Amino acid sequence: MSETGKFGQYGGQYVPEALMPAIEELTDAYERYVLDNEDGFMDEFRERLRDFGGRPTPLQYADQLSERYDTDVYLKREDLLHGGAHKLNNALGQVLLAKYMGKERIIAETGAGQHGTATAMAAAHLDMPCEIYMGRTDINRQRPNVFRMRLNGAEVNPVTVGRGTLKEAISETMRDWATTVETTHYVIGSIVGPDPFPRMVRDFHRVISDEMREQSRERLGRLPDSVLACAGGGSNTMGAFAEFVEDDAVDLIAVEAGGSSLAVDEDEGVAPNSATLSTGDEGVLHGARTKLLQDSDGQIMESHSVSAGLDYAGVGPELAHLVDTGRVTPANVDDDAALEGFHRLSQEEGIIPALETAHAFGYLHENPDAVGDVTVINVSGRGDKDLETVIEETEKRDLDVDVDMSVFDTAGGAM
Amino acid sequence: MANNPDLGAAFERDEPAFVPYLAAGDPDYDASIEYVEALARGGADVIELGLPFSEPIAEGKTIQDAIVRALDAGMTPDRYFEFVEELAVDVPLVCMTYYNLIYQYGDEEGPRPFVEKAADVGITGFVVPDLPAEEADPLRTACDEFDLDLVFIVAPTTRGERLDRMREQVSGYVYVQARLGTTGARDDVSDQTDESLARIDDWDVPKAVGFGIKEGDHAARIVRAGADGIIVGSALVDIVADGYEDDTPVAEVANRLEAKARELKQGALRGAEQRAEAGGD
Repeated sequence: MSETGKFGQYGGQYVPEALMPAIEELTDAYERYVLDNEDGFMDEFRERLRDFGGRPTPLQYADQLSERYDTDVYLKREDLLHGGAHKLNNALGQVLLAKYMGKERIIAETGAGQHGTATAMAAAHLDMPCEIYMGRTDINRQRPNVFRMRLNGAEVNPVTVGRGTLKEAISETMRDWATTVETTHYVIGSIVGPDPFPRMVRDFHRVISDEMREQSRERLGRLPDSVLACAGGGSNTMGAFAEFVEDDAVDLIAVEAGGSSLAVDEDEGVAPNSATLSTGDEGVLHGARTKLLQDSDGQIMESHSVSAGLDYAGVGPELAHLVDTGRVTPANVDDDAALEGFHRLSQEEGIIPALETAHAFGYLHENPDAVGDVTVINVSGRGDKDLETVIEETEKRDLDVDVDMSVFDTAGGAM
Repeated sequence: MANNPDLGAAFERDEPAFVPYLAAGDPDYDASIEYVEALARGGADVIELGLPFSEPIAEGKTIQDAIVRALDAGMTPDRYFEFVEELAVDVPLVCMTYYNLIYQYGDEEGPRPFVEKAADVGITGFVVPDLPAEEADPLRTACDEFDLDLVFIVAPTTRGERLDRMREQVSGYVYVQARLGTTGARDDVSDQTDESLARIDDWDVPKAVGFGIKEGDHAARIVRAGADGIIVGSALVDIVADGYEDDTPVAEVANRLEAKARELKQGALRGAEQRAEAGGD
């Protein structure tokens, strides 16, 4: 990482001039409060993560999966963090930072709604007004999360342009910020966007791999052979990988959404997947140079995944760089494999994972020999928010797991 | 389109420059040619011609919608270059687009192939809203090679060292953003304009003010405040959008655009007279 905010050729600050002073101000605040712990910022952050968030989260041995795949499978239970996903680490860090910076208002985008709910919770906890931008399509497929944000007092602004998913929500939040930049902090939800966001968001999530390392040492007396995490923008991914990057013996596997196909329809501008690390090309989007799903002209493609949280045409610049250098292995599994992973973890381990997380379990199922003798999988979130989608998507597919949906046929049509 | 007319010369005449914006290909290729030519007839001194990008983060709703119409009608970088070649206007054309389209064009990595092609078809300069001075070196280098201008946007929040950095890189004119926010027509003109102009008073490039100018009186007010030119986008795009929605014949929409252009240019001239009477320069 150089001082200019680049990861190899990736990263940088490609934003409208109106935002540049705010980005310089944020860089200064990040360096003072986060990196140098000025005014005890990091101490307060850790204390609040413990008391409000419930950290540390457990590292759990998965009995059934370990037996099934004949390898020791450990689960890093970020789904047990307050709010039901890893997202609180970053949201709490940034809202607290905004408070230290003297900002008066919080805005954020959200895809699956996990970052939106985490930001709304953190803003309520720290008494800051909060507005969330969310694509219309995502609002429709993540209704429980929309209501959670409202319950915490956040405004939810629907974004109707384009396909109405995360990409459009980020663009719209940047527009709000360009108007309100002097009083408002934009809590970006992943390791994307202009510097310093990618390294700052990573540092707020670093606690995941920090705990993983310590827990592995205590429990196993060694580090795992591999760490698996799903990857959309890549915040849980970098959180789970950050402290292992220097440990060459630990394989880092980022599992992306293969969607319905890795093929691309240039005429329609649609990539029916979100496999940016596996198939994307270098370009500039939302403030950073990174790998993107784009057509040959450079127009950004509409991505797809059954999981809203992975449905994004870009990826964090640091992950793009780590893939190019060979340190992180990109992989992908399709919608069916993710749904099967969802049902399998629910049935065999009693954990209902987020559909995003389920991609990592889909990978484990397809590649049990690729993870070594001991693997840690980051359970980035819980799946309550996805139940409607899972009911709908399971009924229309012929999945390779035994799922009995007949209860709905006899329940009198309530669904 | 003839070979690249000089951008500086458009400002050197003894009157304020009128710089309208339209998205190329909005709502379709043929109508858009008529509309851009109407602006030239209405008194445009420079035209900012948008090349539509799918994620226009600096634009308000009016121009976002224009970009969607143009993309849906098939506008691409290659079609854009054909469009420029076909235009029968003799004022300088500035290409306004986002960096990814410039970066991706051609086989060679970096902005050079795009700039070379733009120079070849008659483009005079660029405005790239998502490219701050920090990231602009490769594009500046390519512009120097082909003798094209690179316009930067000075925002109300731009201060100190950032101004110096931009001053080193800018050529053609400087785009003074009249207020915070995204593009879009407003009913008022912000006081931030005067402050922004005062901060760059000693720059030797012409200062054109944009963001929110909708009427001749706004234009007059901005020129009175010391601007060398006015940039108007959304108020013109609104005319295109209304014509599209009401299915108005292309010739009629072109007439409305020409009339609006004339109103804005006259407003700017009026502002210059008032400034002279008030003892300004």
